[in-house]
Amino acid sequence: MSVLDLLRQEFVRNAFLAGTIIAVVSGIVGYFVILRGQAFAAETLSHVGFAGAAGAALIGINSLVGMSILTVLTAIGMGSLGQRMKGRDVEVGMVLSFMLGLGVLFLSLYTQNATRAVNLLFGSILSVTREDVILTLGSSAVVLITLIVSFRPLLFASLDPVAAEARGVPVQFLSVLFLLVLALTVSQAVEVVGALLVFTLLVVPAASAERFAIRPFSALILSVIISLFSTWAGLLLSLVGHQPASFYIVAFTSLFYILSCLAPRFHVSGRYRELPHPSREV
Amino acid sequence: MFNIFQYGFIQNAFVAGSIVAVVTALLGYFLIVRGLTFAGHALSNVGFAGAAGAVLAGIHPVYGLLLFTVGAGAVISVLGKRIRERDVAVGVVMTFALGLGILFLSLYHGFAESAYSILFGSILGISQSDVVVTAVFSLAIILSLVFLARPLMFSSFDPEIADARGVPVRALDIIFLILVALAISVAMQIVGVLIVFALLVGPAATANRLTPRPARAMGLAILLGWTYTWLGIFLAANTVFPVSFFVASLSFIVYLPVRLLSSRWWRRGLRGGNVRA
Amino acid sequence: MQDSIILENVGVRFGELSILSDVNLSIRAGEFIVVLGPNGAGKTTLLKLLLGLIRPSAGKIQVLGRTPRRGNQAIGYVPQHRVIEPETPLRARDLVGFGLDGHRWGIGFPGRSRRETIDRALDEVDTLSLAESPVGLLSGGEQQRLMIAQALLTNPQILLLDEPLANLDLAHQQEAVSLISRICKTRGASTLLVSHDINPLLQVTDRVLFLARSHAAIGAPSEVINNETLSRLYGLPVEVARVADRFFVLGAEL
Repeated sequence: MSVLDLLRQEFVRNAFLAGTIIAVVSGIVGYFVILRGQAFAAETLSHVGFAGAAGAALIGINSLVGMSILTVLTAIGMGSLGQRMKGRDVEVGMVLSFMLGLGVLFLSLYTQNATRAVNLLFGSILSVTREDVILTLGSSAVVLITLIVSFRPLLFASLDPVAAEARGVPVQFLSVLFLLVLALTVSQAVEVVGALLVFTLLVVPAASAERFAIRPFSALILSVIISLFSTWAGLLLSLVGHQPASFYIVAFTSLFYILSCLAPRFHVSGRYRELPHPSREV
Repeated sequence: MFNIFQYGFIQNAFVAGSIVAVVTALLGYFLIVRGLTFAGHALSNVGFAGAAGAVLAGIHPVYGLLLFTVGAGAVISVLGKRIRERDVAVGVVMTFALGLGILFLSLYHGFAESAYSILFGSILGISQSDVVVTAVFSLAIILSLVFLARPLMFSSFDPEIADARGVPVRALDIIFLILVALAISVAMQIVGVLIVFALLVGPAATANRLTPRPARAMGLAILLGWTYTWLGIFLAANTVFPVSFFVASLSFIVYLPVRLLSSRWWRRGLRGGNVRA
Repeated sequence: MQDSIILENVGVRFGELSILSDVNLSIRAGEFIVVLGPNGAGKTTLLKLLLGLIRPSAGKIQVLGRTPRRGNQAIGYVPQHRVIEPETPLRARDLVGFGLDGHRWGIGFPGRSRRETIDRALDEVDTLSLAESPVGLLSGGEQQRLMIAQALLTNPQILLLDEPLANLDLAHQQEAVSLISRICKTRGASTLLVSHDINPLLQVTDRVLFLARSHAAIGAPSEVINNETLSRLYGLPVEVARVADRFFVLGAEL
């Protein structure tokens, strides 16, 4: 069967639809994750997503719904820690391991089904259904509209929370709001790459983009391009090569990140160059 | 209920689990005070790739684990110092390794089942020789820690002065993460790579909130680690649920109230207690 | 008397950036020196040179008759203040103890003499009553004292203090200054104290080392902090006003 024939298949079209939506949303949300230094929080929410999906399987509801409920609840809990979230690695880590344990429990209650567990952890984009696509679309719309409405204050609050607060930006509220957005996005991304690999869509493209471009808008666009390219290329290669799509997606985003580390940081060369200085904190 | 102790594999699990709990509690203490929680999590996930590769190559998973976690530990320790950038770099190493792991497993026939046992551990599979391997590695790690104890403490809390005093701070960064990598490799067969993290961080996080004395915190972490592991194995052997669930939940359930109440104890510890005139 | 620190034509470059060039000075044993200068003038670099953490790209340095080397126990170093997290699981006693044996391999066993040595150091900086308190809960001034106690544990002949007054209010600044000068006098240790303000230190300082634009000038406060010397150092007109025995530098950032 040629690739073109494959693309006419229902399940392949669903995969591409869902993959595209999720890549765009994660590219944008990821930009803010980097800006706010919440990579570990994103990683933790993805493990919460794992527990949510396993719980959903147990009680027989759609996994996206289960993930969204549990991640949103956790996001509210984390958000109520507020500014104290920063440097709270240990607390975040404890939540992470507890959620993994919970996910393991749900799965073992479910049928002791190993395949199911592996799909949740590493993604099964090719088994996405029409219903999943519609749910993904709905939840993405919520995420995107929220981001568009709150874009400027969110950017301000992420870059300089103290100044933003002084200017009357509701920093605390935005911090909770963003975690909710992050929760929904993570839940979607789990479907494509699985709970263990959410980082690859949600953080890596934005981190690479941020090294290439300094203006928020161009960084955002670049981040979306990287995550879209990786997702599409991953899906195509997985159809041809029969290896899991998540592996190829990870390989591509990692490649972009390495390239971004090697590339000179040209955006700073014109105006301001950081020179090595012994008295500057490294 | 207690007749489970007749079984050889349960005895093996208890012995191996007890040894592993000591090692993870000690390393976990340093992991937390050095702010490397995320790196610990990443290293355990990297272990998955190693184990999966070993399964594919038909060798004992522990060899693959050692290769991957030690390699990744070295890479992570030389990455950037600024926490925000380091988190991302660590995450890239982690996800790339996980991606490799899933590739290895998909190339292997008994795909899902072997992935499941690597991820979540299986106490049923612990043999006498596993116990010996665990004991040997753990002893090596503990001896290294004893040797490194004071410079490691010094550089964890004040790297700048330690450097000026001639402590090899950079080398210690690398050696420490390699020790963590070794510990993850031996702990993995008990609780699985995903929940090794719970044993690393859980006991030490709780202990650190209970006392500001380093020696006491480490001792307390070991006691907590034993409690979680023994209870976990005991409960798992008597129910259908995996050890990893019990270990993760127990450590979280103990941690939560301690975390919420401890700020009050800390304040009281100030200027009080056994102050000598 | 033997000079404890000698710099001859010392220069430090990082790529194209020159941090220090052609610096000459010698510091006598027991001398109290205040190091002044704008940000990026090379004050911290100078301390790192003496500690052997960076090598000069030109010139010669002698610290107590030898070239600087890392881990020199004859130097006590107190770096710039940094925030200690409130929940750091460490007591004041443990933090100070690093100064005694933190660099030694092995566990080290707590003994009576170790305890007494640490108590003496804590007492010297008036913090004995805080020995068992978690360090993160102490005030900035108290933490500063602990760092000084830690630096004193090896009986150093040279004390290097990087901006010890930066995070203290006026009253605590005075306390810290009298503590440091007392230590300098009783122990006869040469002291280099980096500061942004000479005024709280005028009573205790022997000489001032002023760094600007990678050059240095050293001498008694009034010899260095005057229109002529500072204008030469900065390369632009600088006015020094002297009001009620205090120096105010106008036209340049200190």
